[in-house]
Amino acid sequence: MKLVTGIIQPHRLDDVKSALEAAGVRGMTVSEASGYGRQKGHTEVYRGAEYTVDLVPKVRIEVLVEDDDAPVVTGVIVHAAQTGKIGDGKVWTVPVDDVARVRTGEHGATAL
Amino acid sequence: MEWDTGATAWMLVSASLVLLMTPGLAFFYGGMVRAKSVLNMMMMSFGAMGIIGVVYVLWGWSMSYGSDIGGIIGNPFDQFGLSGTIFDESGAAVSSTLGNYPQVVDVAFQVTFAIITTALISGAIADRVKYGSWLVFTGIWVTLAYFPLAHMVWGGGFLSGSEDGLAAKIFGVTDGAATVAPIDFAGGTVVHINAGVAGLVLVLLIGARKGFGKEPMRPHNLPFVMLGAALLWFGWFGFNAGSAFGANETAGLAWVNTTSAAAAAILGWLLTEKIRDGHATSLGAASGVVAGLVAITPAAGALSPVGAIVLGAVAGALCALAVGLKYRFGYDDSLDVVGVHLVGGLVGTIGIGFLATEGGLFYGDGGKLLVIQVVVALAAVIFSGVVTLVIGLAIKATLGWRITEDQEVGGIDLAVHGESAYETLGGGRVIKEVRS
Repeated sequence: MKLVTGIIQPHRLDDVKSALEAAGVRGMTVSEASGYGRQKGHTEVYRGAEYTVDLVPKVRIEVLVEDDDAPVVTGVIVHAAQTGKIGDGKVWTVPVDDVARVRTGEHGATAL
Repeated sequence: MEWDTGATAWMLVSASLVLLMTPGLAFFYGGMVRAKSVLNMMMMSFGAMGIIGVVYVLWGWSMSYGSDIGGIIGNPFDQFGLSGTIFDESGAAVSSTLGNYPQVVDVAFQVTFAIITTALISGAIADRVKYGSWLVFTGIWVTLAYFPLAHMVWGGGFLSGSEDGLAAKIFGVTDGAATVAPIDFAGGTVVHINAGVAGLVLVLLIGARKGFGKEPMRPHNLPFVMLGAALLWFGWFGFNAGSAFGANETAGLAWVNTTSAAAAAILGWLLTEKIRDGHATSLGAASGVVAGLVAITPAAGALSPVGAIVLGAVAGALCALAVGLKYRFGYDDSLDVVGVHLVGGLVGTIGIGFLATEGGLFYGDGGKLLVIQVVVALAAVIFSGVVTLVIGLAIKATLGWRITEDQEVGGIDLAVHGESAYETLGGGRVIKEVRS
């Protein structure tokens, strides 16, 4: 099993969610995140005092999948989240040892 | 006695409107500080309501409008605890000297001014002072700085148009009053210059917040700031139109001037920002409202509405530039009490000399009123500066002003009030439900 994590532009979330649902993904976890990559931050001015804001708001989307599905899900997220501008985000995959469904206590792939 | 019930009702409404300004100020200031100090900022305003609401009844009214001592103050014991203020010896209600309504209504109106003026100062010293020291300061400052200045300007004292006053010494006396009388309709000197100078003196005495100029100190809640500005604007109708002391054409003129000045000041501030910083900001709009309201305060009854637009636009632009001075000179006037209230108060007080429809330079009446306005403004600056410095030094030497550096970094809300404004994922459990 794999955990696919995507950090995307907040305004792309709806499209990514729809694309994942269309691809047959049945569940996901979405959370607000902040950070920066090559985009860096922006500046804000309050009563003439200029501040840099390093950490930019992003959305983190996490999907647990079987090993073979990971490249597909990654592709779906990349495609749906892409605008082509700096700040589009990243998607990565990490191996997962085990998953348990809390309601039934099932383990492994049946718990996905 | 048959009261003018229209005037009575309007003055009671006005008093209520002005009282609302202080909670409005709490939101205006509270939104501008960081999340870790919003409660303390708001509590400085509420604390001023507590202290001055009591002090005013005990000796504030008497010191402002009681029997005169040397043109400087009223006798605090003359009407201590409002004795003789509401009813005379025969049990009849005492009439106001300003209109045909009961004098106790004047007390209601004036106490709210004393509260908001003192609360204004708190923005200069945000995030860093002991709460007890602030409360003690409010009680002493309102007694030694506000009441005397209110007496001098409005109570027939040294800075009024009385025949013994400063203005009478400059251009002489006609018919028992100064030939050219100073104009402070609703408090340019008494309220805004007074509070602005006090803020500046305290900042210089107390010092900057830790990290000032290095760490970002962004406003944590701009919608609060805009809510506060809206409440202030609404309350200001009582402040200015109420200062007509009647429900009449002067009140109407003051209302219109108040709004046109605030509106023009929004535009003045936003235009300045757009040119200088590239964006017209919400903080700029809220600040422009207040700058315009401050400037029109002394002038609300003396200008034409077009004059009010000119004054407001100038105040908006000048205050937008003035708030940058603290970075140039390195003093941490945290929420720009100097840049908005001192500068705006000076613009309004001195602007009267140019724009007053009777006596103004632009209306072909010469420069005498301008001279008087400048002199009175300077007198208010000096008086407020000296008195505040003495009080500030006394508190520094006794109670001390600053919380510790650790408390400041951790947040004054938790350190001083034992509270936090916003719930975070802190967890925890109930230890004891009620402490008794």
